[in-house]
Amino acid sequence: MICTSPLALTVQKKTLHTAINEVSFRAARSYLLTSASMASMSTVHPIEHSSGLIICEHCDSLYEAHPLQPGEAAFCLRCEALLGRGHRVTIEQLLALTIAAAMLFLFANLFPVISINMKGLSNEVTLWQSVEALAQGRITIIALVAGLSIIFAPLLQIVLLFWVLVHAHKGIVAPGFRTCMRALEHLRPWSMLEVCMLGILVAIIKLSGMLDVHPGVGLWAMAMLMVLILLIANKDIRRLWDELGVQPQ
Amino acid sequence: MNGIPFAHEHKLCLCHTCGYACQEGATRCPRCDSPVHRRKPNSISRTWAYLIAALIFYIPANVLPVMYTNLLGNRSESTIMSGVIEFFESGSWDIAILIFVASVLVPCIKFLVLGMLLITCQRRSTWAMRERARLYRFIELIGYWSMLDVLVVALVASLVQFRELSTIEPRLGILFFGLVVVMTMFAAMSFDPRLIWDAEVEDV
Repeated sequence: MICTSPLALTVQKKTLHTAINEVSFRAARSYLLTSASMASMSTVHPIEHSSGLIICEHCDSLYEAHPLQPGEAAFCLRCEALLGRGHRVTIEQLLALTIAAAMLFLFANLFPVISINMKGLSNEVTLWQSVEALAQGRITIIALVAGLSIIFAPLLQIVLLFWVLVHAHKGIVAPGFRTCMRALEHLRPWSMLEVCMLGILVAIIKLSGMLDVHPGVGLWAMAMLMVLILLIANKDIRRLWDELGVQPQ
Repeated sequence: MNGIPFAHEHKLCLCHTCGYACQEGATRCPRCDSPVHRRKPNSISRTWAYLIAALIFYIPANVLPVMYTNLLGNRSESTIMSGVIEFFESGSWDIAILIFVASVLVPCIKFLVLGMLLITCQRRSTWAMRERARLYRFIELIGYWSMLDVLVVALVASLVQFRELSTIEPRLGILFFGLVVVMTMFAAMSFDPRLIWDAEVEDV
């Protein structure tokens, strides 16, 4: 336990107790409204987490960690930010999804996402070619941003996830685990496959007014890859710190 | 307010990278080894800097053409707004609204909300703290959708390449627009939402 002062600890427990009542009331209401599966929640009982404490990253409120059931979510009582979710997928399933994502990534990048026809002339484009189209003269720098957001960030996410999950599956901490996890955190905001997906759809509609447009194999792979990335590369991956029992140095 | 303890009252601070509760005063997280701060360093001035840079880039992004189109001899250059209007006039108002939201409304909302958050935090306002916290999470969520226009231009420009017959090329405006998106993303990342709640505590 990290709390040093016994007084602080009792204060904390007391407030937590009131907090729980308030929360289960709100959770019950949201259960009725949305019929979300068992949306109860929050705080209490240490030990489960290695540190036993959760700090809300949006308002610095301190809570004791409490194991959540699948489908449950804990929200901060002060600022209503999400504190954590119960895990629906196991490490093994995450690994399987990562491998599927790796294959879909290959399909999405090797096959054209859109092909067009115009008076007998045809052309098709892959993701890489579309990034290349931006790399012209003075605007090259924006090609780097686009390349990062639709190709490199998802690629790195998949590779790093595969590396840490393959080891986690065997119950060991991967070599370079800390670096991998840090990189995954920093990559997350720059991975924009959902935006890319919408961009492809808008481009199709934009061009369909003037020429024949056909969605390619890459588009379907892209759509599925987008869903998988949302499932595997979210904040939930932080659970590995606790589940593998990585000790502070 | 409602008596929930703050982490700093217990001499703890959060590692933003792995979520570990570190001892206050630590410079690096003992678990993941990334830098730890009680509050993001110089949060307010950094956010202002990124925000102002984004605002400055936003002018050429809207004035300069983003795309050059040559369709069977019809040459034209379009800016972001003229692209939206074109869609609207050709009848596909749904796509026009989508692009308008992603490339005009979202950046503008980000400017306004971040500016408002910065000013209220500087004045240590206790007004609507929960709503402001929610607004911050909202702009973090919607921020990167502005990249839509950049990716559409990239796709369209790489597809329509028929030499003399028809070509579409990206233009300088798209560079500035992309930079606006990147700058506002940096601005949102460097803002520390915990500053909103610091107004509750006397000694911070």
